[in-house]
Amino acid sequence: MRRYVILVLLLSVLCGVTIWVTSLGSVGIFRVASPSKVLSATLRHLHIVASAEGLAILIGIPIGFLSTRRILRMVSPILIGLANIGQTIPTLAFIGIAGVALGLGYTAAVVALFVYALLPIIRNTHAGIRSVPPEVKEAARGMGLSPWQIVMRVELPLARPVIMAGIRTSTVVNVGTAAVAGMIGAGGLGDLIMTGIAVRVTQIILQGAAPAAALAITLDALLGAIETWFTPRGMRRTQRS
Amino acid sequence: MIRLESVSKVYPDGTAAVKDLSLEIGQGEFCIFLGPSGCGKTTSLKMINRLIPLSGGKILIDGVDTMQQNPNELRRGIGYAIQGIGLFPHLTVAENIATVPKLKGWSKAKQHSVAQELLDLVGLEPDTFIDRYPCELSGGQQQRVGVARCLGGDPPILLMDEPFGAIDPITRNRLQDEFLKIQDQLKKTIVFVTHDLNEAIKMGDKIALMRNGELMQYADPSTLLNAPKDQFVRDFIGADRVLKGLRLLRARDVMQDPPVTMRDDDDAATVRDELDRAGMQWAMVTNAQGRFLGWITADELEPGKTVGEVLIPPDVTAMPGTPLNEALSMMFNSAIGTLAVVDGKHQMIGVLSFDILRDVLGQQAADSQMAAKSDADGGVA
Repeated sequence: MRRYVILVLLLSVLCGVTIWVTSLGSVGIFRVASPSKVLSATLRHLHIVASAEGLAILIGIPIGFLSTRRILRMVSPILIGLANIGQTIPTLAFIGIAGVALGLGYTAAVVALFVYALLPIIRNTHAGIRSVPPEVKEAARGMGLSPWQIVMRVELPLARPVIMAGIRTSTVVNVGTAAVAGMIGAGGLGDLIMTGIAVRVTQIILQGAAPAAALAITLDALLGAIETWFTPRGMRRTQRS
Repeated sequence: MIRLESVSKVYPDGTAAVKDLSLEIGQGEFCIFLGPSGCGKTTSLKMINRLIPLSGGKILIDGVDTMQQNPNELRRGIGYAIQGIGLFPHLTVAENIATVPKLKGWSKAKQHSVAQELLDLVGLEPDTFIDRYPCELSGGQQQRVGVARCLGGDPPILLMDEPFGAIDPITRNRLQDEFLKIQDQLKKTIVFVTHDLNEAIKMGDKIALMRNGELMQYADPSTLLNAPKDQFVRDFIGADRVLKGLRLLRARDVMQDPPVTMRDDDDAATVRDELDRAGMQWAMVTNAQGRFLGWITADELEPGKTVGEVLIPPDVTAMPGTPLNEALSMMFNSAIGTLAVVDGKHQMIGVLSFDILRDVLGQQAADSQMAAKSDADGGVA
């Protein structure tokens, strides 16, 4: 209950800040962004994050899953290692490289964010599937479930909460990272922040930063709810303890 | 009927887990694979439902080579329970039990009724437990559900790999007793792996004792205890094998009629006459309805008093189903050294004494040795 109060409180503060700055019209000689511009930047931001995340889910879960299979178990440490190294490259540098390689704009931003989102999803899928107790799999096999049935009825349902947690983490992180993507002309709330920094007006920076924070918090809460909903009732208690 | 013909298992690294194992498990027989860890008992069990592929030999179930069947179909026809239980944590108790029925495509209604019946069978109140999740059950309850689940598809054969291994001794004992009762009812063909000799003796019709992948002796518990084939078997069973053999017999199998029984309203003189005639120092006492009250010794008798006034009430009594090892320990606790066997209505139906036990055990040992000897002779011929 208290969690929701804090959540609502935070969101109201962030929205309040955004509305207040937007209503100023101008700060000194600089005009702040119009309400419609803030809205479209927020939607654009969400669009970039969602595209990157969607791609990462579509590709990351199968890779994470396959990395647990016996045929690929040899290459899975290499795979995870590569993904880990990818994660250590500073966001700024990576987005810069993507911009240079793919041309400035939306595509480069989505590709860069996709790569960042991929790792937590692969890693969590891998960990989730590996965490299925061996005796549960053995019992399933011993009772005559086919390999496919074991995947669909046992392994994936049991790994689902962990996979969902990976998606949630990478989404929240990417809302922040997407702001940097403004630098390579992808649009979104990063644009407002860059503008604010360029003219050194805190209010304009806030006009981009506050909605971004609100977006991150909202998505986190939303995905958190989905995560709980996705966790089979029988596993909720064990998870909390 | 399950038949293993020269079954062997060699792992890619060259370890031979099972060597040339041949044995036959009859319909409705409770067969134990017993031995120290690493002896190949679990490997042998898992080769029956093809969880582990055979390196050599054949396994036939009702005359059909298991290799001729689809492994998943084969496994759906064989109940499987393991030490780790392996209940599906994301499914309810009912869904867990109905795993095989669901795979077999039974109707929802039938799945539900099967779950109810089996919960009842393993001693869990269906209404209370059917919609629970495994994490909401105690270890013993989970194990019961595990047993119910392995009976789910009504398989004629059960494979059980130390199913009661991870439970506290008291619960284990109770589960063993209850499972034996279930088996009396269902008459499944069971292959049961354990490293616990006492469990093997208690549960098994036949015991296959293994070491290093080889079958050392395959016999019924009494023969194994009384006529161990070689030094390994003798060592494995331990020096107290005669005592362990007591567990195989129950009070009702060996009890005898009491030498002298008196009524509580008999007077001292009558009792003394009776004792003198029988040459006994004591007598059991019942009331007019045959209810066991205690015992009386010649020293205790007082003229003018009835037996009922001076009798000594019993410290302990045995039931017809009491195993003799427990009965023996009761005898040590009983001042008279003789134990009354009473039925559920407390009627005395017999007595046990040290002498009776000694005779029985001596006879049992002789019989088993004879049987083992004739087996060996037959083998040579």
